[in-house]
Amino acid sequence: MSSYLLETLKSKFPASVLETHAFRGDETAVLKKEALPEAAAFLRNELGFDFLMDLTAADYAPRAPRFELVCHFYSSKHNYRLRLKCPLEGENPAVASLTPLWASANWFEREAYDMFGIKFEGHPDLRRILMYDGFEGYPLRKDYPLKKRQPRIPHRD
Amino acid sequence: MEKKNAEIPKNWNLEHLEDGRMVLNMGPSHPAMHGIVRILLTVDGERVMDSDLEIGYLHRGFEKTCENVTYNQCIPYTDRLNYVSPLINNVGFALAVEKLMGIETPARCQYIRVIMSELSRLTDHLTCLGANAMELSAFTVYFYLINAREALYRLTDSVAGGRITPAYTRVGGLTQDLTPDFKSSTAEVFKIVRKNLSDADKMLTRNRIFYDRLRGTGQISKEDAISLAFTGPALRSTGVPLDVRKATPYLVYDRFDFDIPVGSNGDNYDRYLVRMEEMHQSMRIVEQALAQLPDGPINHPGYNVILPPKEQVYGNIEALMAHFKLTFEGVKPPKGEVYQAVEGGNGEVGFYIVSDGTGNPWRVRMRPPSFALTAGLSKMIKGGYIADIVSTFGQINMIGGELER
Repeated sequence: MSSYLLETLKSKFPASVLETHAFRGDETAVLKKEALPEAAAFLRNELGFDFLMDLTAADYAPRAPRFELVCHFYSSKHNYRLRLKCPLEGENPAVASLTPLWASANWFEREAYDMFGIKFEGHPDLRRILMYDGFEGYPLRKDYPLKKRQPRIPHRD
Repeated sequence: MEKKNAEIPKNWNLEHLEDGRMVLNMGPSHPAMHGIVRILLTVDGERVMDSDLEIGYLHRGFEKTCENVTYNQCIPYTDRLNYVSPLINNVGFALAVEKLMGIETPARCQYIRVIMSELSRLTDHLTCLGANAMELSAFTVYFYLINAREALYRLTDSVAGGRITPAYTRVGGLTQDLTPDFKSSTAEVFKIVRKNLSDADKMLTRNRIFYDRLRGTGQISKEDAISLAFTGPALRSTGVPLDVRKATPYLVYDRFDFDIPVGSNGDNYDRYLVRMEEMHQSMRIVEQALAQLPDGPINHPGYNVILPPKEQVYGNIEALMAHFKLTFEGVKPPKGEVYQAVEGGNGEVGFYIVSDGTGNPWRVRMRPPSFALTAGLSKMIKGGYIADIVSTFGQINMIGGELER
């Protein structure tokens, strides 16, 4: 049971859409990360998704493509929601930034970088946002221990 | 990591740049800002030329903690997200888990959740406007509005058992039903709230000083607000009538008659007016909900969702087993992922939950409305006076607990 939106995406990017599903009414498309900028621009310009409501990531270690980028789009014109996911390979994943398309991507991507260590290529100002400079590791990764202690940081003057 | 802005100094001292501009540090703890956030300003005289925000002073690892506890144990943590409207977070989280499990709560529970969410929206807006007025030195208004907020807190306290940390919802239900005299005490409280609101309205809305401080400051255009994913009163002040309660109704919001106030300029004064009107609309919703409130159970009947009643636990083996399993393992939604949005005090509060089929969530993500708003602060204060940062920051209503989780 796939809807108009998912069908459109599939026919537009036949080689890049890996999977689509609609669990509990949430329409989701899983996409190759190379196609993300193009697909996101298509969503924004052609399908009317004017809001990037949320951008985050998830760590599925020890599964093979370990990380997944999760974007939630919303269209205020048509009142649609869509979730776009990109599996990201490797221990130090990288993906293209969505900042040229939506200004809200700026801080959301900084948070995803801070928490998961995902590099966003083309981001204007990629640095930690919730944690401080000198924090070791990425706290929302599954291999980061819950009660890990951090080294003391030198006094700033 | 190199800093993008070479102008921003590494130290905390005042620094004069070569072209005569000055780098000024505002915060992290500043008496005119409610919340702990540091703004590095590059100023030319009194004008803000550039700014850089530093947040993260209240980060407590909400998302990481939730991955290590059961679903119901997450609920007290959600209180501490937006701590001036805790019940909306409770409701949002419970709705997200229920969506994941594919269950629906009884009608009475849904009505009570609506009532509690709207009371929370009232406390949120009252805090925002009261603090904002206080920061602009209208101290009397602060007491009037906080008086109304306190009356509302007592009302929710009488039902949920906590002023700002109620932990009122459970997956599939609520901790307790409304008190028998809830309708009459709500009517009493609303009298106080309406009186205080009308007093505040008389003192602020046409007040020359207040008007001049808010009108035309912190302005943002509709396009910028959409691009920055603004939601809630800040978006509606620019003229976009987007409200999750109307756009994608959840619970029983489609059964009530209420309006979505919108502004036209996207400045602080419009945000103030939108919030003022929204409080009246919230009271309208509560009154309609109380009139329609059906009788019946407040909890889902399934013993795989919610703890069975005590007499059942002591009386038969199935209920005892269910009690044991739920206490030790928690509810177990099927594998999958959902995103559930509710309208919070500041905008869209979204919960993205990934389940791996066990009793602990694999990933919990909360979409904080303050985060998008605070990201836009630099844009809103650029070109304005330093003194206007206070009113803009107040109208953004940054809540540290929600912003930094």
